[in-house]
Amino acid sequence: MSDLVSENLNMIFKTPKGETVHALKDLNFTLKKGELLTVLGPSGCGKTTLLNITAGFIRPTSGVITLNNKEIDGPGVERGMVFQQGALFEWLTVAENVNFGLRMKKEDPIKTSKKVDEWLDIVGLKGFGNTPTYQLSGGMQQRVALARCLINDPDLILMDEPLGALDALTREKMQSLVLKIWKETGKTIILITHSVEEALLLGERLYVMAPRPGRIHKEYNLPFASMGLKEDLREIKKNKDFSAKREEILEMIWNMEEEIMGKDI
Amino acid sequence: MLTQIITFLIFVAVIGCVLYGRKLIKTEKVDAVFGNPERALGGTHWVIVGSSFLLLVWLYYSWDIAKGFYPKSANELCQVAKVNDSLLGLKYQFPIEEREFKSTSQIKKENKNLNLILNEIQNSQEIDNQQKTVLAGFINKTNQLIPLLTNEDLIENETKQKINNITGRINLLTENFQKPDYPFETEQELNERLKAVSEEGGWGIVKVQSGTGSIENTMEVPLIPATDRGLKFHAAAQELNLISDEFFKLRNHNPQFKTQIKQLKDDIKSYRKSLSDSEEVASTYAKNIVKIARRIEFASIYPPDALNKMQNAIIQFDNAQLKTQGGLRFIDILLFPAGTIVASGPSCSEQGSGRWLPKPSDTFNKFILMSKPSVGYKDIPLLWIDMVDVSKMIGFILPDWIADILPGEYPVHTKDGIVKENFKGNVLKVVTGDFELFKVPVPYGHIWDSFLRVFLGLVFGIIIGVPLGLFMGLNRFAKGFFDPLIELYRPVPPLAWAPLIISVLGIDNTGKVFLLFMVSLSIMIISARAGASGTQLSKIHAAHSLGASKKQILRYVIFPNSLPEILTGIRVAVGMCWGTLVAAEFLAGTTGIGFVENVAKKYFQYEVIWITIFIMGMLGLLFDITLRKIIDKTIPWRGKG
Repeated sequence: MSDLVSENLNMIFKTPKGETVHALKDLNFTLKKGELLTVLGPSGCGKTTLLNITAGFIRPTSGVITLNNKEIDGPGVERGMVFQQGALFEWLTVAENVNFGLRMKKEDPIKTSKKVDEWLDIVGLKGFGNTPTYQLSGGMQQRVALARCLINDPDLILMDEPLGALDALTREKMQSLVLKIWKETGKTIILITHSVEEALLLGERLYVMAPRPGRIHKEYNLPFASMGLKEDLREIKKNKDFSAKREEILEMIWNMEEEIMGKDI
Repeated sequence: MLTQIITFLIFVAVIGCVLYGRKLIKTEKVDAVFGNPERALGGTHWVIVGSSFLLLVWLYYSWDIAKGFYPKSANELCQVAKVNDSLLGLKYQFPIEEREFKSTSQIKKENKNLNLILNEIQNSQEIDNQQKTVLAGFINKTNQLIPLLTNEDLIENETKQKINNITGRINLLTENFQKPDYPFETEQELNERLKAVSEEGGWGIVKVQSGTGSIENTMEVPLIPATDRGLKFHAAAQELNLISDEFFKLRNHNPQFKTQIKQLKDDIKSYRKSLSDSEEVASTYAKNIVKIARRIEFASIYPPDALNKMQNAIIQFDNAQLKTQGGLRFIDILLFPAGTIVASGPSCSEQGSGRWLPKPSDTFNKFILMSKPSVGYKDIPLLWIDMVDVSKMIGFILPDWIADILPGEYPVHTKDGIVKENFKGNVLKVVTGDFELFKVPVPYGHIWDSFLRVFLGLVFGIIIGVPLGLFMGLNRFAKGFFDPLIELYRPVPPLAWAPLIISVLGIDNTGKVFLLFMVSLSIMIISARAGASGTQLSKIHAAHSLGASKKQILRYVIFPNSLPEILTGIRVAVGMCWGTLVAAEFLAGTTGIGFVENVAKKYFQYEVIWITIFIMGMLGLLFDITLRKIIDKTIPWRGKG
């Protein structure tokens, strides 16, 4: 039903020097409702381009991407996005940031304030409503960004390295939060990450992408995300299966990097 | 009195703060090493010391301390200056303050002039040899005049007698001057003098011209001697004037000299008559020789030893008057830095820093006086409130054509000469403000006018500049289209536009507001553009995926994101506008704080100049502080995002 379907997606950029960069080549995939997809890959493999096309910020050179059988041709409320740095509006308070989407829809402020409080509670920011965002720590800012995105009730959530700038401890907490929200809301999520561990932990499905031209190199179906809903995340990391997968993917990415940069480095 | 208290307080404050500062250093942490920026924190006590020093320098160099502690000193110094002024002519005759006798230097000068002419004549190609010989003869004869004056044996007894007479008068004056009761003054004279003194007023008194209400330039230093010591000098100065007049009337002409010079003059006269029109050059040389002969005739040239006694008498008087000055000399040296009171002719004036640096007390008094709405400056108060009928404002705001477009005709007078009003006529009365309502207070005056000009120029600049700047930051066409226009006029100093704009739009508010609008417009455009183009793409992306429309993104994302730049731009624009306005008011105008300064400059009203400088500084500071408060309130996230 609410599937994300990509058919022969191609993205070719032209640099100012006149060279052409094949950022995405013949991308075909289907994401079912409620699935959590993590995308992993070395830099320059087109992860962010894929996300931007899905969000509707840029148009693909050729090919079609559809959500619920509707072609994506611009940004929309049904696809929420969470950015690496939060991209919060620092002139608004936490509650006003979360409320932003509803305010743009001109919804009744009394109703929305209730909703905002609920969402702040879910992401663990109860009582921070009137705090200015610039006073929050990185992890808290990402919680606000998450709540701001989720309050619009999107069909698809796009996360562009949302936990990349956080310290290890906060990161682990946030990973649990993402899993919790995925479970409670049943949203379709695409999460881009640099961290192999994070990709394995959170991804129900995992794409490893390869650069030049950007393409899906390998696809995994993983059990760890469903395990993570019950077990402690750190326990999963000790799992032998987990370690083996991690080594395998790391090896794969290393090889790709070496192909680009040369073996000597 | 106030000056004395303030001076005393300054000393107390400086000493107290220095002691406190030293105590603070001793209790400071050990790790406060040199180079640690934390060591520059705090230090209010040093601020007090700094401002105290500034005030002290002002008090001292404007001679306000002298005025505060010795209010009569200027008047006394004026009398002393009168004596010095009278004595100067006599002193110049002798090597007292000069290096040589006046006679010596004059002889030197005239010899030099004669040689110059002789050289010129000999080298001249326009006169023939015969005439050269005649002219050289004249020069020689003129030269021969000098020894007739400087020969001790030729000086006449009558002249000697007169010199002795003058010397005697100086000596008598010296003797009298040192007596305590000199000059003798009757009770009536004393009362009259004291009455005149009180009428004249004190040092640096400010008077308001009756009738017009404007401040008049008052006497700097009172002339009439107010003290006994002053009177002494005043009387001596008068006596010295008589003596010196007599001396300069005296001529050292003996019979030989008289016959010689008469013969010379006659010879030259007949020689010039004998010359034809074509020999004008020779005639001019002859004329110049006569001029030198005349100068020698009227110069006070005496034999070298003839005036020795008189020189001694003058030196003695000078010593006596210095001694009589007593403490006044030290007041002059210590409390009148960088100048003193000088007399020239009948009046006394401050000469030096006390002249152009007004006394704080005077400035304060004048400021209080000018602040009074009945005084003001040029019949306009600095800042006051006027009651204006609301109807005037309505008439100003509503355009007159409202009445014109109504159906019907304006009333026409009848045969009996009566005008009957109709509806259309009544509407015209309303739109032109020709009716009466209630009155409301409206501020006016020089300060208000300047403020309003800056405010209006700024508001128009913001209203047009900010949207245009945002638009230019987001749209290639707008940026490309408007950029040339702005970049063409912006680099020109605003004042370069002033003469053009003022002559086109008039010297009143319109021209100045437009000039300030030009200044603020470019700044606002540039800052708004920088703010808009500096918006992070991820924020705009976020807003897009949160469902915001283009308009909403402009209103709720790009505009608040540009606010820091816009407000900083406003702060810069206020400073620029303020500077430009004052200069524009210098150029032309009838009101405004810059206009006041410009007029004060013409009449050398130093106090008013300093008051306007102070007002401008305060207003500029007020603008800046207000904006800083607004910035802190409206954009607390600045630099933290």
